[in-house]
Amino acid sequence: MTRVTIDNRVLELDPEDRLNGIEAAARLGIEIPHYCWHPGLSVVGSCRMCLVEHGTIDRAKGHVVMMPKLVPACQTPATDGSVFITNSPKVVQARAMVEEGLLLRHPVDCPICDKAGECFLQDYHFRHGQDARRADARPFVSRRRELGPDITLFVDRCILCSRCVRFVREVSGSSELMVTGRGSHEEIDVLADFPLNNNLSGNVVDLCPVGALCDKHFLYRQRVWFMRSHEGVCAGCATGCSIWIDENQDRVHRIRPRENPKVNRWWICNDGRWSYPHVHNPSRLATPLRREGGATVAVDWSKLVRELDGRLRHAGPLAAVVSPFLTVEEAYLLCRYIRSIDPEAILALGPVPTVGEDERFPGGFVISAEKCPNRRGVERILAHFAGRVASFDEVVSRAHQGGVGGAWVSGGYRRPWIDASAAEQLARAGLLVVQDLFDSPLAERAGYVLPGAAFVERDGSYVNRDGLLQSARRAIRPPSGARTEGSLLWELSGRSGLYQAEVVLQEVFREIEMKEPRMNTDEHG
Amino acid sequence: MKPDDPRVRWIDEPELGPLGRVYVPLATEGLATTLRHLFGRKKTVQSPEERYVSPAPLIYRGVHRLNRDSQGRVKCVACFLCATACPAHCIDIVAAESPWPDRDKYPESFTIDELRCIYCGMCEEACPVDAIELTSLYDLSGKSREEMIFDKEKLLAVYDMTKDAEPMRTAGVPEPRRKEDGP
Repeated sequence: MTRVTIDNRVLELDPEDRLNGIEAAARLGIEIPHYCWHPGLSVVGSCRMCLVEHGTIDRAKGHVVMMPKLVPACQTPATDGSVFITNSPKVVQARAMVEEGLLLRHPVDCPICDKAGECFLQDYHFRHGQDARRADARPFVSRRRELGPDITLFVDRCILCSRCVRFVREVSGSSELMVTGRGSHEEIDVLADFPLNNNLSGNVVDLCPVGALCDKHFLYRQRVWFMRSHEGVCAGCATGCSIWIDENQDRVHRIRPRENPKVNRWWICNDGRWSYPHVHNPSRLATPLRREGGATVAVDWSKLVRELDGRLRHAGPLAAVVSPFLTVEEAYLLCRYIRSIDPEAILALGPVPTVGEDERFPGGFVISAEKCPNRRGVERILAHFAGRVASFDEVVSRAHQGGVGGAWVSGGYRRPWIDASAAEQLARAGLLVVQDLFDSPLAERAGYVLPGAAFVERDGSYVNRDGLLQSARRAIRPPSGARTEGSLLWELSGRSGLYQAEVVLQEVFREIEMKEPRMNTDEHG
Repeated sequence: MKPDDPRVRWIDEPELGPLGRVYVPLATEGLATTLRHLFGRKKTVQSPEERYVSPAPLIYRGVHRLNRDSQGRVKCVACFLCATACPAHCIDIVAAESPWPDRDKYPESFTIDELRCIYCGMCEEACPVDAIELTSLYDLSGKSREEMIFDKEKLLAVYDMTKDAEPMRTAGVPEPRRKEDGP
């Protein structure tokens, strides 16, 4: 057992923990301010913000030997017998000096800086800085430089912590960024022909402790204090990263990574980060429709449930296509409902969109080729109900031969997913119910078109590529006219009250042995 | 400055002396003030025939205006601090990258719902660049609600209208400039 003393409090650590001073202090709830250190990057000890007093207990003589100078806590291991002092006047003064030095050449253009409100320079200045500036420096407008298609750099706001440079070297492995110049002329830059353009580049914006690196898609859209953050799970690919969904008045403005050591650690890919525009696409389906002959009629949700139930019960042999975008709970409710009407119904997995190969990064991050969040979860549910997972083509060909009386097809895809010929064959089913986000060749031929929900609007769980089941609640409400698949199926199954994903998941656990480890959103982050 | 700053002096209300405690002298003093105003010069103005002119237009809180910078452009930098401070939520801003090389952010649209506004002046106080100010225009009227939602052009027009009578409070302060080369 390693015993470390921090501010006269003793902390017992496992020697295997291998913590540094900042991490050890955090275990006691003591915050040591830091800019350049990040748990996911190498240690450089360059910002000097985490300077603390450090010493060792000399057990033979029974006293503490302190180092005469302050040491950076990020670079000092919390070994047995080490002593940290983080609140002495010497340390407090050192922090104030560092803050003053950083602000000498900082533009202090906080009013127009996107980071204001979540900026470490601001926070630390209020907590550790001095009240007045001693230097005769006036606010100015920062120079700006484009680093790549998505990221822009406000040169003068930078405090040269070099987190972004280390990130592109160690995690994305693409090494586009570098520090040019020396001393007070140091700047972050790229080479002219090698812009910052890798699939993890968005993470440098989150890493930047100040407002130097900004996301061009988010730039000037919202002030951060107007947004609320919701815990979510990314539905962009089978990796299933933990994310924060930042929303203001039911509009998603930003997606950020949420620390999860089991999946994505501190990062997310650009595709996931900017995966929200389709949620607010004006061409999303917004009215439930019924087609009779050539006429298209808008139906009211309240009447639709009974009508749909009646039609399905008299449709003959049924088939359900369960989209890999549905949550475990929704897939369960759908399969259970369809099988309760027709115990022999075919249950098939919807098309699984795959793009290229898995992309692996030196830092261990993986972007899956499988661009859907829940293939494994849906397969497990299908196997439970039908004993096997039927393929989409099987349903299509069966419908083509006229063997399907009623087909329920769930979509939820971000991109076009079905071609006209497959849609034509499926449409031979007597009754075709399509639940989707966007209009498609299939929706054009469907008897019922039900506007569904996007991933930020769903309650439920996904099973990722490693078999980890993660639950999350919705961040925003579906647009008016659309309805989450879960709540519709909940009502169709004859349950009363509001849709409760947690209740369904408990049922799933009782019926199906999920060997996968379960992870709740409240267990981490 | 933090509340526990040693330079902050906290002052309490002075305690009443013996004269104040016996009530009559202070009450008489107050009555005397009332009587003096009762028989003094009348301050009531017969509006609208007579027009009231504020003796201190710079502290009156009337219709808003958006100031212009030295080049005649809107001075606002779209920081949303007025919208954040506004207790009535009557300010709506859409920010965008500015079309000018020396500035980063500007308001693409800036609207104030003058009917919803409570004229508290918090926007003016929150503004870091003194772009929004309240003028002494008090007799604001319109024929529809839509007409009372002032957009950027209208607010700038209020500035053009009032700038001579009520000069900008920070007229001489230099505007932040972009650094042309390294620090």
